[in-house]
Amino acid sequence: MKSNKTHTPPKWAERLLEWYCRANVLEDLQGDLHEFFDRNLEEKGPFRARLNFVLDVFKFMRPYTIKKLEIFNNITPFIMFKNYFKTSVRSIARNKLFSAINVIGLAISMSVCLLMISFLSELFSYDKFHPNADRMYRLMTTNQFLERDPSEFASTSILAGKRLQEEVPGIEASVIMNNGFGGDAKIGDKTIPIGGLWATQDFFGVFPAFQLLQGNPETALAEPYSVVLTEEAATKLYGDDEAMGQTIKLGKEDIYTVTGIIKKPPHNSHFTFESLGSMITYENERKETPDDTYWIGWNNIWSNYVYVLLNENTSIAQVSASMDKIVAEENAKDDRVKNYISFQPLLSIMPGKDLSNNIGKGMDTRILWLLSGLTFIVMLSAGFNYTNLSIARSLRRAKEVGVRKVVGARRKQIFSQFMTEAILISLISLIFAVFLFYVIKPEFLNLDGEIQSAARLLTTPSLFAYFIIFTVLIGSMAGFFPAIFLSKLQAVKVLKDAGSTRLFKKVNMRKVLIVVQFTLSLAFIISATIAFRQYKYSLAFDLGFKTENILNVRLQGNDVNTVASAFEKIPEIAEISRSMMIPSVGSTYGNTIKYEDPLDSATMYYNTIDENYIPLLKHELIAGSNFESRPEQEKEEFIIVNEQLLKRFDIGTPEEAIGKKIQINRNGDKVSIRGVVRDFYYSTVDREIKSFGFRYRPGQYQYLNLKVSTTDVIGTMSKLESAWTEVDDVHEFNAMFYDERIEQAYSEFSVMFTIIGFLAFITISIAALGLLGMAVYTAETRLKEISIRKVLGATEGSLIKLLTRGFMWLLIISSLIAVPATYFLFDSVVLAESVNRISIGIVELSSGVIVIFAIGFLMIGSQTWKAAKSNPAETLRSE
Amino acid sequence: MKGTNLGEFQELVLLTIGSLHPEAYGVAIKEEIYAHTNRKVTLSTVHAALNRLEKKGLVKSDLGEATNIRGGKRKRNFTITAFGIKMLSEAKRQRESLWDSIPDIVFQVNLG
Repeated sequence: MKSNKTHTPPKWAERLLEWYCRANVLEDLQGDLHEFFDRNLEEKGPFRARLNFVLDVFKFMRPYTIKKLEIFNNITPFIMFKNYFKTSVRSIARNKLFSAINVIGLAISMSVCLLMISFLSELFSYDKFHPNADRMYRLMTTNQFLERDPSEFASTSILAGKRLQEEVPGIEASVIMNNGFGGDAKIGDKTIPIGGLWATQDFFGVFPAFQLLQGNPETALAEPYSVVLTEEAATKLYGDDEAMGQTIKLGKEDIYTVTGIIKKPPHNSHFTFESLGSMITYENERKETPDDTYWIGWNNIWSNYVYVLLNENTSIAQVSASMDKIVAEENAKDDRVKNYISFQPLLSIMPGKDLSNNIGKGMDTRILWLLSGLTFIVMLSAGFNYTNLSIARSLRRAKEVGVRKVVGARRKQIFSQFMTEAILISLISLIFAVFLFYVIKPEFLNLDGEIQSAARLLTTPSLFAYFIIFTVLIGSMAGFFPAIFLSKLQAVKVLKDAGSTRLFKKVNMRKVLIVVQFTLSLAFIISATIAFRQYKYSLAFDLGFKTENILNVRLQGNDVNTVASAFEKIPEIAEISRSMMIPSVGSTYGNTIKYEDPLDSATMYYNTIDENYIPLLKHELIAGSNFESRPEQEKEEFIIVNEQLLKRFDIGTPEEAIGKKIQINRNGDKVSIRGVVRDFYYSTVDREIKSFGFRYRPGQYQYLNLKVSTTDVIGTMSKLESAWTEVDDVHEFNAMFYDERIEQAYSEFSVMFTIIGFLAFITISIAALGLLGMAVYTAETRLKEISIRKVLGATEGSLIKLLTRGFMWLLIISSLIAVPATYFLFDSVVLAESVNRISIGIVELSSGVIVIFAIGFLMIGSQTWKAAKSNPAETLRSE
Repeated sequence: MKGTNLGEFQELVLLTIGSLHPEAYGVAIKEEIYAHTNRKVTLSTVHAALNRLEKKGLVKSDLGEATNIRGGKRKRNFTITAFGIKMLSEAKRQRESLWDSIPDIVFQVNLG
């Protein structure tokens, strides 16, 4: 028997035997084969012994040894399931603290995931109701001015649509739409505002899913002055009366006839409308002024939308190849502006690319990725807790595993037992998670207008099916490692060295998981701090003018002077000025301007104002003078510009600039500089200040800016509202304080801050719970050690230090990873393009670290302190 | 049941089990057969025979203690049942009665 330690029978042959052999004869056969192998090894050498072994394994394949297709074997797990379930429930009930930590952590993070699941499943259901959605495309335009960065639009030109219809083969149906339809509809003496789209005749050919309830889909939009109303719009206009065939007065006293009633577009359509006007009307109106052909120009890509339905056997490549020829032809006519057209599949519109001039809703896919990523991190954190605590606790379960194995459990069975337990825990968590889901759902929807318009988050049965599948998945993933670990334990070892911690010495994964968890938590806290600081910074930023107590009122088409004189009577209104837009809240209007060199042009952002605007908003005039009141309809003569514009064209000092002439637009009039204002932020503060001008063009006003001096805001508002109603009883009074508008403009930051802050809070709570669990476990398992140390003279302080040290190291490692990583992320990625941004300093970075350390110390400290305080006599007595 | 008669090899195995009592298990039986008859049989043949015998109710088996020699697997020890003893003695009786009925002349002729 000298060499049988090194020679063993071939593993594969043994596996084969185990595979085919019935359980009741297997052990005996294996034993005999092994014994015979050992004898052969002595007598005939290793090679013959192995050969014989293999031959014998094959010879043993006889009817009585081979397994039948035993159904009973496969039923065992189901029979055992009852037992697994029972032991799982008992173990969950016995370890209340661990179960609570796991359930709370999983429930919180799962509720966020449920929110994400319902959000995603709703977004991905968009436009799927169209029967031929896979053959439907939208024309998308990439607009490039000279060598500048191209920008992408969801809209295109009417010309592109027309040439496509006439020249490109393989198209079953196509529709051209324009979003300018609608206005104040007059029916008898009632005026009701109505919104809608112009659409060509074939609208229903492309979108048969927008069902016509009354009217003929082929002719409803064929004639000029035809309108198709949604059911809702029809009720709004006519009440319960029959709407078909009725007339509506719209726009300049045009009479439209209702030629169809359509079902309201479903919520998950990326564009919706109240009414459709026949596009031929729009075209005929434009044709009345034959000189102005801009509306059909190649460059008028701003508000027209073209959708096509391909023939079944046409590929999109063929269609875009023919379209590319048209594009090349048209682009050759203009040497500055190029418009490239591509086909966007209907199903990747929403969610899809971030395009300008969207027809309806839009949701950037990148935002979805970001949100899903963050949610995933939260879920990961809770999953880690389960894995960690289960492995830590497995010391107590090891004996159970040992006994089960002795009784005959196989590895697979132990594995499924612990998986059952994990899934059970996650299902319990699901119940709480669903409650939490209903709590956070409205909060999430109210975060952002874009989210609210895109999703309603209705809970459907299929959604609940997703929830349950997801939960089982989470349970299996969280339980996988503990189950592997526990099922691997060997019965003999576990039962022999009962209670020894040696078995678990090698498990470093726990530490790795804790480090990952805290790194993520830290990154979250730091991100939230930075986002919050940036938000506050942007709000408090000195824009270069004053916005306090200024109320902006939208005129909504009313005559500016009528409204102004109505408001003037209210004593709380100190001053009134008129303007075309409200700067510094995000949107801008631009024109091309030139100075002396006819080849050098630049974009000038502008606002049209009256003579009261600059004093009212306290813009600082550094040279020249303000506009003077002039009668309306006079030619534009003067402009007030900012300092950047002077720099851009090298006009010299502000004083020198007065009286110099600039040309607005290519063929526009020359205006002379009347004044220079100090630079201010006309867009958001994270964008650079460029050339800006105040223009004086009465008749262009859209807003009234009121300086309000009152202590009773609500009273003043109601006075204003009643004054408004006297002038216009159709539109609602639309007014908002300037400061509020600015706050809204930076809502991007506040949404980011809220989401990240919320997730940070969740991950920290979960990580803290996990740490608490680990601390309890450590203190419990080392209680005897602590007591002996204490008996031998250790002080409480030194004991706390001993127990805390290990955890604190993990936290330090986490900070060393998280702090530089987050700093880098924000410094060179997120805020890299912002002009006015906070500098990320010690305060932002260290606040998170301090919070984490405080929480960590509290969790671990409290447990170790409890352990250190315990009376050694109590703990050691029972030994 | 497939006849009440014992096959030749089955009888041999049954006898060996008796002679090895109580330590009659696969490998031992195989070795014992070799020692007594110089017949080389494979393990699987022995096992098949044992299985048949057990099915006929001539032997019964118990799992013994686990030892390290057999890779930690337990032995299956076979013992003859009362029915097995009966069958064995029946076979022996049949043979003896046949032996007895051979006339002496047969031996003499062949020996001569």
